[in-house]
Amino acid sequence: MTKLLQWLFGVSLLGAVWALVSFDLLDLSLPQTYREVAWPMPLYLLVSFGCYSLATVGYRVATFNDCEAAAKELQEQIKEAKEDLRKKGLKV
Amino acid sequence: MASRKALQPNRDNGDKYSVLLPTYNERENLPLIVWLLVKYFGESGYNYEIIVIDDGSPDGTLEVAEQLQKIYGEEKILLRPRAKKLGLGTAYIHGMKHATGNFIIIMDADLSHHPKFIPEFIEKQKKGNYDLVSGTRYQGNGGVYGWDLRRKLISRGANFLTQVLLRPGASDLTGSFRLYKKKVLESLVERCVSKGYVFQMEMIVRARQLNYTIGEVPISFVDRVYGESKLGGNEIISFVKGLLTLFATT
Ligand SMILES: Nc1nc2c(ncn2[C@@H]2O[C@H](COP(=O)(O)OP(=O)(O)OP(=O)(O)O)[C@@H](O)[C@H]2O)c(=O)[nH]1
Ligand SMILES: [Mg+2]
Repeated sequence: MTKLLQWLFGVSLLGAVWALVSFDLLDLSLPQTYREVAWPMPLYLLVSFGCYSLATVGYRVATFNDCEAAAKELQEQIKEAKEDLRKKGLKV
Repeated sequence: MASRKALQPNRDNGDKYSVLLPTYNERENLPLIVWLLVKYFGESGYNYEIIVIDDGSPDGTLEVAEQLQKIYGEEKILLRPRAKKLGLGTAYIHGMKHATGNFIIIMDADLSHHPKFIPEFIEKQKKGNYDLVSGTRYQGNGGVYGWDLRRKLISRGANFLTQVLLRPGASDLTGSFRLYKKKVLESLVERCVSKGYVFQMEMIVRARQLNYTIGEVPISFVDRVYGESKLGGNEIISFVKGLLTLFATT
């Protein structure tokens, strides 16, 4: 099953449950409060997922390591390498 | 016996690592990356070869590669040039055909990928007998150097979106510093259809799909010092296209 199908499957499953509860499609005579909670649920989920995404990406950008030490080490090794390669007879 | 072992601790187990170095206008970087490879392979004692796949670089990368071959020997440096620029994906396929190792290491020749991590890759692979080990900029001590806020944001955002949509089981999909079992790489390359940038992403997504095991090693990615980037331009567009294609097909 492709990821697209997995998503479609998951979303339609959730959608079906949501419709069942919100509109009481099966006449289960659920308490009114259930329907009131269920009805705006998709919006809540969407908004919280949006917030979660923004927070996660923001946090990861802020904590993205800057590898200063690695850059410095590389610079020094480049010098050493050039020196050594020149000795070994490399002409650039 | 003990002293010989100490000198070359990893020579005797029969494993050999073929490093594929695709180059296009890397005249300045190639000697440096080769020097570093020789240094770290020498220190760790693993058996290796370096395969340079140059696509007719106008800056004379091949000529430098020939000099390096003279310096380090024909068993260590193999030249498998092609007449013109045919792209990165096919460069790997071309290089792999000539590889004699049972493991293949893929890395950029522009010094963004530091050879010091290779012994870590190898140890990681041995520890879990992983089918592939991928370097990751997004975990542990991994990171980048020389990126501004915008680039970090795009990188992190794209990575998050990919994780959500594809759940690939690996944290760095677009990085191209990886170690593969040769058989695994062969079977992956056969299946991968994308070109260029998306190729790396497809490789790891398909790996997960085929139930190959993936190990990860944090790496520091230092932006190229010499030479010019060959990608860029509409990188974002091709990324999104590739992501959606993989979303619908894997
Ligand atoms: N043989 C071959 N090598 C290539 C080709 N295009 C790129 N390369 C090499 O592939 C590696 C990665 O290319 P880069 O231009 O560094 O791409 P990048 O890492 O995404 O971009 P920057 O690091 O930002 O420049 C380098 O070693 C290049 O020399 C190609 O068409 N043929
Ligand atoms: Mg690069």
